[in-house]
Amino acid sequence: MIGALDSLVLVPMVNWDNLFSDIPGHTVDGLTRGAIYALVALGYTLVYGVMRLINFAHSEVFMVGTWAVLGIYTAIGAAEGDPLWFVIIATLLALIGAMLASAGTALVVERVAYKPLRKKNAPPLIFLITAIGCSLVLLEIFGQVLKVFFGEPFGRKPISIPSLVKTRQLIGPNGALIQTDVVTITNMQVIVFFGAVVMMFALDFFVNRSRLGRGVRAVAQDPETAALMGVNQDRIFMLVFILGGAMAGVAALLYTMQFDGTKFDVGFIIGVKAFTAAVLGGIGNLRGALLGGLLLGVVEVYASTLFDSSWADVTAFILLVLVLMVRPTGILGESLGKARA
Amino acid sequence: MSEKIDSETDTAGDITIEPERGARKQSIIPGVDIVKGLWSRQSKATRLVIRSVAIAAGIALLVYLPFLNILPFAQVRTDLSPEGSSWSAVLFQVVVYMIVAVGLNIVIGLAGLLDLGYIGFYAIGAYSVALFGSPSSPVTEKIANTFNLSTGWAVPFTACIPIAIAFALMFGVLLGAPTLRLRGDYLAIVTLGFGEIIRIVLRNLDITGGSAGIVEIPAPPGPEITNEYGSRVGLFNRLDHEYWYWLALVVLFLLILFARRLEYSRVGRAWLAIREDEDAAGLMGVDALKFKLWAFAIGAALGAMAGALFASHQTAITPNDFQLNLSFLFVAMVVIGGSGNMVGALLGAFMITYLPERFRDLQEWRPFAFGLALVLVMIFRPQGMVPSRRRAAEFADRKHEAEEAATDV
Repeated sequence: MIGALDSLVLVPMVNWDNLFSDIPGHTVDGLTRGAIYALVALGYTLVYGVMRLINFAHSEVFMVGTWAVLGIYTAIGAAEGDPLWFVIIATLLALIGAMLASAGTALVVERVAYKPLRKKNAPPLIFLITAIGCSLVLLEIFGQVLKVFFGEPFGRKPISIPSLVKTRQLIGPNGALIQTDVVTITNMQVIVFFGAVVMMFALDFFVNRSRLGRGVRAVAQDPETAALMGVNQDRIFMLVFILGGAMAGVAALLYTMQFDGTKFDVGFIIGVKAFTAAVLGGIGNLRGALLGGLLLGVVEVYASTLFDSSWADVTAFILLVLVLMVRPTGILGESLGKARA
Repeated sequence: MSEKIDSETDTAGDITIEPERGARKQSIIPGVDIVKGLWSRQSKATRLVIRSVAIAAGIALLVYLPFLNILPFAQVRTDLSPEGSSWSAVLFQVVVYMIVAVGLNIVIGLAGLLDLGYIGFYAIGAYSVALFGSPSSPVTEKIANTFNLSTGWAVPFTACIPIAIAFALMFGVLLGAPTLRLRGDYLAIVTLGFGEIIRIVLRNLDITGGSAGIVEIPAPPGPEITNEYGSRVGLFNRLDHEYWYWLALVVLFLLILFARRLEYSRVGRAWLAIREDEDAAGLMGVDALKFKLWAFAIGAALGAMAGALFASHQTAITPNDFQLNLSFLFVAMVVIGGSGNMVGALLGAFMITYLPERFRDLQEWRPFAFGLALVLVMIFRPQGMVPSRRRAAEFADRKHEAEEAATDV
């Protein structure tokens, strides 16, 4: 009887040694992973903070960005092993291209799908369903429609993207920037993490210090009063989608640098994770997105070493439910309008 | 006593939406007004006769559908081309998804809760039957070993259904209790997570058969028949899908009756009140959390029943049968058809299941067409194709408010 019960235990094996043998290394991995979540989460948080709308199509905005990177690398003929100056130019071009493509996609979604609904004052549920529809359409444009017209590389198969940076040893031996007994940090991890953090601080600065940013905060706080004060609400909505899209474009470049490839449905998991991160930190709160993303990344890496990588997603969602039960508005609370500091 | 209160409140509800009705008296489809005029001139008894004849004819047609082979009507069949799937099997799948639509309509349409993890409950229903009903599942083997039962022991199918419902209710309450307190937007993401967790857990655990899934899922009991190859088989076998279809049809009818009664009961009115304005409903003394939990749990139970039928017909299931995008499909069925209206939900389920099967050659284009349809329907007809009268009035009202606000500025 005891034996039978023993094997009925539902909790998977907990492997403490695996986790504690390399806490610093896992933390660095988690922060790198979380930085990309955080960048994508900004798009959800901005749109939600201003419009009270979950833009489910944002995951596909990210996906379009990864394809833009591939497109630009192909167009300028970038390949692994190119000289350093070329790598830098190619990466910068890809950055601009991905930001433009993602921001453009986000803008099109807002104009074509959300604006008509806003005119009809449709309930939130309708916005959500429309967003899911948009998401499917964008997915299928890359998975099916473009394939019919242009053939490969479009379609449902994963496609690899040349890893320009990884093969370049910017500093340090074996692509490792810092290598001590405790932890090894690669160039890639540094670029991804600091790239993401710099973009986030730039966005934070823009929203909190610039004139347009003040408009964003005003609409988030009180749309009607903002309109009375002369803020063009429609323009602010467009701006928010463009900003969120651009951040997703940056995330797309960093993602392709790290994982050397994309796929038509690459956005789905990232999107769900990023949204979880946004809610975790307090949706509508820019710094919450950063905190939520990094926390989620670290927890996921810890969980996958503690149990098994197949349990990582489960832990992420359980963490979300637990946080929401204790703090229904996320860790930092939800407030784009109030985010003065 | 309670009956009397019901009817009184119903008429009160009718009066409030009277102006909307008057506004759309003229139908855009020609001929509808003439038919309506004819209908209103009939006596009560004649109406009753016409109505019952129509319902009887409708039921007869539905029962006859698997054998429909008269041109040009036979064009609806899905097995006209050699690679088409069995027509009765498609009909069965349509009816199973209709059951899903009826259940999800309670959650989304009536109570207004966006549940993106409905596939989780469908999976729970399917796995309950599989794990307890199949003699080769790890659960039944464990139970048989522990209590020294004979090998090949399993819970009979009829006993598996209550188990499935009990599990679904339990998970519905377990998931709902912490999350239904949250704002609606969060519910979407948490339920989405739930749907995914169920699939991952089913895949990762040994006790659920892992990624290989479960085989030998039992069929409902039935008399033995002689099939076309001359062998004796159970009524519900892998070849004669029409028996499955009729069974599902009966279950669907019972559930529709159940859902109808629920919709017009005190509980149903509480759901509508919560959906339209939760704060106002709370002020009127409606315990929002309690009724939302009820909607969630009842919806879960219906989803589990559909899942149980699905698993039993499949005889073998794996966690991959319960991918998350099926959840979106379910939501789309309810919303495209017209959320809050059972006829709309049924129509949505029919279209989304049947059309892709009929036009198999275009299978690759299916998700694209589906996404496009979703966006277009939402933009041009956000209330759905066949909305409930009350829901349509709500939408018209909201649109009117938006227009008024626009002229103010």
